Amino acid sequence: MPNSVSHPDEVIVLKRRFGQGAANIDKYLELDGYKAAQMALENGPDWIINTMKASGLRGRGGAGFPTGLKWSFVPKQSAKPKYVLVNGDESEPGTCKDHVIFLDDPHAVIEGTMIAGLAIGAKMGFIYLRGEYRYLLKIMEKAVADAYAKGFLGKNIFGKDGVDFDIVTQTGAGAYEVGEESALMESLEGKRGVPRIKPPFPAVVGLYGGPTVINNAETIASVPHILLMGGEAYAKLGTERNGGTRLFGISGHVNKPGVYELPMGYSLRKAIYEVAGGIKDGKQLKAVVPGGSSCPVLKADEIDVGLDFDQMAKAGTMLGSGGIVVLDETVSIVEFAMRVMNFYQHESCGWCIPCREGTDWLKKTLVRFHAGGGNRKDIDNIQYLAENMMGRTFCPLGDAAAMPTLGFVKKFRSEFEEYLEGKRTEPLLIQIQPVGEPELAGAH
Amino acid sequence: MAAIANTIFSPELAARFDKLVTLYPVKRSALVPMLLYAQDEVGYVSDEVVAELAQRLDILELDVRNVLSYYSMLRTKPAGKYNVQVCTNISCMLRGGYELLDHCKHRLGIGHKGVTPDGLFSLEEVECIGACCWAPAAQVNYDFHEFLTPEKMDQVLDDYAAGRGKDVK
Repeated sequence: MPNSVSHPDEVIVLKRRFGQGAANIDKYLELDGYKAAQMALENGPDWIINTMKASGLRGRGGAGFPTGLKWSFVPKQSAKPKYVLVNGDESEPGTCKDHVIFLDDPHAVIEGTMIAGLAIGAKMGFIYLRGEYRYLLKIMEKAVADAYAKGFLGKNIFGKDGVDFDIVTQTGAGAYEVGEESALMESLEGKRGVPRIKPPFPAVVGLYGGPTVINNAETIASVPHILLMGGEAYAKLGTERNGGTRLFGISGHVNKPGVYELPMGYSLRKAIYEVAGGIKDGKQLKAVVPGGSSCPVLKADEIDVGLDFDQMAKAGTMLGSGGIVVLDETVSIVEFAMRVMNFYQHESCGWCIPCREGTDWLKKTLVRFHAGGGNRKDIDNIQYLAENMMGRTFCPLGDAAAMPTLGFVKKFRSEFEEYLEGKRTEPLLIQIQPVGEPELAGAH
Repeated sequence: MAAIANTIFSPELAARFDKLVTLYPVKRSALVPMLLYAQDEVGYVSDEVVAELAQRLDILELDVRNVLSYYSMLRTKPAGKYNVQVCTNISCMLRGGYELLDHCKHRLGIGHKGVTPDGLFSLEEVECIGACCWAPAAQVNYDFHEFLTPEKMDQVLDDYAAGRGKDVK
């Protein structure tokens, strides 16, 4: 079981019902559960969308798109049915926030899905969890069944005539790429999880060709809280254009790893040194990967930055999925870069050539480099390859592989050079030999 | 009346599949979960599983294989009764994931994707399993084990070997 952590600097909105047995529907109801859905039902779509716009909530999956705006793009009239799709295919290395939401507050996800459905005029929602989360699927399935039994889901929800809403929960079967929204739709339609070209965007042509809102599970779970407290009140908790709070998963070399709820814009330095208790074993900080493995790395002297989408962009990186991975002085950046690329090469779905070939080539180069067979030209070549993957693929996986690689090479170039010269002394963890690599990119 | 005569699945799973295909606007949507559930029961996705799922969903066996080959949790050969999946992605790597993997390799005497001769355990090095804040972590079948050390891992493996391990399906 994941441990629960807390810190006085936390601002509790999403975690309000955590640790109180809210997976039980009666307990959830006691804790103001399903009140927001009933408010949404009474006040109608415009009120919901305006409240969401006022809240300044931005997508918690990583892209940070304003949720209210996303919902407003769905056409009011549609010949095809509309859908809500909740993305709980949490796979970004360093990220485990949705894990605790499904575990501790499954009904918040259900209630948020219903509210999104009411806002856009959908009658059906899907909650898609990653395949590894089987025990969380069981929790979600029970919660959905309980909500049906109470009449909150199904026909005439909350006794309101003509308002129907159904929810189906399922898992994937192991694929990082399926966390990308268009690949997620493909997977849900029973196909290989390869991305679709955009436009058309899912809000216009999505699941089964119908207009579809796709939101991250944390975004959706925030929705009931926002309706209860009011959009403005939620917005005020964060910074300008970055409303509210967010779950940050702090992992790696810290004393108190865990999922903490911090206001948007909170200092990254404080998050590491105060909230997560500082660097483990009294070591020095070397670098931070601030929002999941696809975000460019920050050096130890670059952490005086606020944790919101805009400040992180200004600092040359991303807030991403909120998974903060902390590296101490003992970590070899060359090795870390290789491990990251090993992941992206494994997970590239093979649909777009720059990503399929680029990740494979980068991995081979980094593996050879790591094993001591590199040369100076490799460093430039790594950068050249990564730059040529950027923006040249259907989905952002190519960028997600290229961006951190560029960060490692640009910010720690001297370390790559010293590695060649045999000056680095960090103990290496990984034994991967570069000889003969029969695997094809994209094949599992 | 069951949807398929002579199903290869247990009556419970067959009934579950009969219902599952009705939940979605398009039957085929049930394919990924069906592959997983079939694998849980049969042990792997056999040719017979592929044939029956294709029949249930009115798609080609080729369509099923196309999807089957994409997802990393699906396999076409049997694994051990307890499939030990050790995460070595970044958060786990920083907190001893590789040490844990090496320990499992030695203790079980098998490598990545190997199966012990008695068929009890198999071992996999896996990518991020979503337990980063509780690293290093591993899954045995679908169950998570967090904050592992080689000693704790031994305890976990002992429990499974003695039939005391958790096993949620």
